[in-house]
Amino acid sequence: MHPWVGAGPEDRRHILSELGLKSIDELFASIPAGVCVDGLDLPPARDEDWIRHTLGEMASANVAMDSIPCFLGAGVYRHVQPSIVDAVLSRAEFFTSYTPYQPEISQGTLQVIFEFQTLISRLTGLDTANASLYDGATALVEAALFSHRVLRGKRDLVVVAETIHPMYRQVLDTYAEAAGIEVAVVAPGDDGRLDPDKVRRTAGDRACCVAVQSPNFLGIVEDLPQLAAAAHDGGALAVEVVTEAVSLGLLAGGGSFGFDVVCGEAQSFGVAPGFGGPHLGFFACASKHLRQMPGRLAGETVDEDGNRAFCLTLSTREQHIRRAKATSNICTNQGLMALAATVWLEAIGGSGLRELATSCLARTEELKRRVTAVGDPWRLAYPQSPTFNEFLLVGPGSGTELVERLASEGVLAGVPTTDWGGSWPDGVLVAVTERNPATDLDALVSTLEKLS
Amino acid sequence: MKRRAIRSEPLFFERNSRRVRRQGYLLPALDVPEVKPSEVLPPELVREPDPHFPDVSEMEVVQHFHRLSQLNYAVDEGLYPLGSCTMKYNPRINEETARFPGFASLHPLQPQSQIQGALGLIWELEESLKTITGMPGATLQPAAGAHGELTGILMIRKALEARGEKREVVLAPDSAHGTNPATATFAGFSAQEIPSADDGTVDLGALDRMMDETVAALMLTVPNTLGVFEHQILEIADLVHSRGGFIYMDGANLNSFVGRALPGLMGADAMHINLHKTFSTPHGGGGPGAGPVTVSEALLPHLPVPKVIRGEDGFELQWEDPASIGQMRGFYGNFLILVRALTYIWSLGAEGLRSMSDVAVLYANLIRHRLNGAYHLKFDAPSLHEVVFDDSIQARHKVHNVDIAKRLLDYGFHPPTMSFPLIVHGALMIEPAESVAPDEVEAFCDAMLAIAKEAESDPELVKSAPHDTPVGRVDEVRAARYLKVTWTPEETE
Repeated sequence: MHPWVGAGPEDRRHILSELGLKSIDELFASIPAGVCVDGLDLPPARDEDWIRHTLGEMASANVAMDSIPCFLGAGVYRHVQPSIVDAVLSRAEFFTSYTPYQPEISQGTLQVIFEFQTLISRLTGLDTANASLYDGATALVEAALFSHRVLRGKRDLVVVAETIHPMYRQVLDTYAEAAGIEVAVVAPGDDGRLDPDKVRRTAGDRACCVAVQSPNFLGIVEDLPQLAAAAHDGGALAVEVVTEAVSLGLLAGGGSFGFDVVCGEAQSFGVAPGFGGPHLGFFACASKHLRQMPGRLAGETVDEDGNRAFCLTLSTREQHIRRAKATSNICTNQGLMALAATVWLEAIGGSGLRELATSCLARTEELKRRVTAVGDPWRLAYPQSPTFNEFLLVGPGSGTELVERLASEGVLAGVPTTDWGGSWPDGVLVAVTERNPATDLDALVSTLEKLS
Repeated sequence: MKRRAIRSEPLFFERNSRRVRRQGYLLPALDVPEVKPSEVLPPELVREPDPHFPDVSEMEVVQHFHRLSQLNYAVDEGLYPLGSCTMKYNPRINEETARFPGFASLHPLQPQSQIQGALGLIWELEESLKTITGMPGATLQPAAGAHGELTGILMIRKALEARGEKREVVLAPDSAHGTNPATATFAGFSAQEIPSADDGTVDLGALDRMMDETVAALMLTVPNTLGVFEHQILEIADLVHSRGGFIYMDGANLNSFVGRALPGLMGADAMHINLHKTFSTPHGGGGPGAGPVTVSEALLPHLPVPKVIRGEDGFELQWEDPASIGQMRGFYGNFLILVRALTYIWSLGAEGLRSMSDVAVLYANLIRHRLNGAYHLKFDAPSLHEVVFDDSIQARHKVHNVDIAKRLLDYGFHPPTMSFPLIVHGALMIEPAESVAPDEVEAFCDAMLAIAKEAESDPELVKSAPHDTPVGRVDEVRAARYLKVTWTPEETE
């Protein structure tokens, strides 16, 4: 007997006798003997205390980000976490429910999705957004395939900036060959920013999309208006990838500059770092391309009495209706994380988000100033380029060595670029958020001085 | 359901109509010099404040989401018998372990020495899933079942490539989940359907005719979407393998045979496991889930990177592997979902997992026994964890499956899966799972029988349902015709 199995031995006997059976084995008689086993070689059941203790020990074998000054970013950021986010997520009405296919008893989830779509739409500057994708990396893949479809499969080239998160590009490479697309990479200039002319030349007239990230992998803000024009000149769609969604509190989303798709990772909006998942992929596009959009959508309608109600809509794009001709195979998405982002954004508020993003910017500028003041052998890789809340720091050694040396002094200084390749210097990507008080900056700067 | 009192909740964007600044959260004080964004960033890139993104107080936010939550049905409220979805209890200890700071506040790019516990957990879960499926390899990267399917099919593509073969077709039965053909297309294959035999299982003769040198794989759900075990599974696997194809197993229905049978013995080459079905992680209103894939020897070399390796100095991430398909997503999987699944597997243990499947199958058969006759059973092959009726008896009174579903809402139950699998017209696909007490299963059957009677005696009552939900029957056709997928200020002001 186990508390998570609803029927005990006596219940089972009663039901078996109602079914006219002697043993539960009879219910499995249709399984051929050749594939059967009698039980599994797994440990016995454990009580809650054992579980708490054992998993607690595994958790303690890790170093939580909150326990030391931490400047890790590179696609996963630590921002304020209002306690109400987890309180809402912990409501069984949200976390134990299924995809809202029965709208009459799912208005809560549906309205949340509708609000999420609206928030993402307003932040990206595009008029539609879906109800989530797996993560930022797969959102880039979906954007490439979306562009391929929008241009009717006539253009197989996808142009991506080298300064898109290298992991996102690796994931795109995994899917590209099977999807029949070719990927061309454009390196940044000496200032870490893309040269629109170089983008234009690479895309020529055979690209279905040009994808750029801003702020890019190096933390640098790109010239979005010029890049949108460079993509459109050759007839390609312009795709903006965002890995630090909080930047949208201060920087206008690509939609405002003519980008056709803005997609990426919204983990920054109230989702725990969680060793990389579950996070929150998002995808926004212009409504004229709505029918090519992947993933679920909630729409507004009315009930039989004419009252406002919401339901999932345009499911004719999706796998359960369209099967082999669906826009994507995605079914289960990151719904609960979309709820987290919605609660987080609504709690922080419009002005609050701007204030929060400005706080990240101010702290980053202060740290850049102080690192520059430390001087040799430490320097900013791109001192002249505008950044939001992340920058590349170069020092006496490879990024990996530097991170290890700084970690041994009790500071998690950032993410080494050593193993990612790329045309930029080998250094440390340092991310600063509103969670890094001045004392964190002091700790990092004094450690840099010590290692000078 | 007694929720008439709360009928609607304004949208967030309709709140704070005076557009005054309220405080929803107190940010950490700025303890560094202030900056003007337009002096640091290119001014043309800095956004204007959005007057339609309100600032409200904390309690307004709490009330908003509390009220919205009251409009939802939940597993904790009653039976949620969605076929193919395995809506079981989501244990609270899972939620507790997934929130341990050493897991939740862990950055995926921390130095290897700081993430040993997390890598160890991934390794442990991989081992458990290999034991449960009897297969020699596993990856926990996929974010969901469909993502697992894609991972598996891309591995098969890679294995064929390594053999110097190019095959273009992926087969799936007409009873398959929509994700199967969608995945085949996504992975660059042409999806083709195999007809089912009279008992709803794969037509071996048809397979024999279709299985040629152009076919890369057969995607097979076991037991199938009717809840019927493919009794010829060994013959099917032999046929496919002997002609150079692979077996992809859709593990959505694994909850029916844990501890009783092994996919590894069935000839599966790759199989995804929906942790949010069989292993109790919450569905979250649509996600996140996790779709680990276990593989046979033939596909072992092609598992995605990074792989977790147990070395002499602890666990490490291996990124370099030329035979691998590459990386399927950012980082290493929906890790906090993996924590929940391992919590569940360790809690239940070997015996508990087996009794989980036993009771899931027992309940489905109890429902079948009680409803058979009142509802029509198109395929009468033995049921495992789910049973598929249709509405042909009720359709005589012009009552259809959708009406039955909506009427069930009035009785306080979530409806079964509707109109799937496609080989059963007017399908009602019922999967009770093992978590609820037998009384709850009986009460569901009572409600279904009462509706069957109403369909005869008062069909209008059923056709006009639901009568007792927060909103009446929702006009889904209108939603698709007059698309409105975001709130816009023009229409309300």
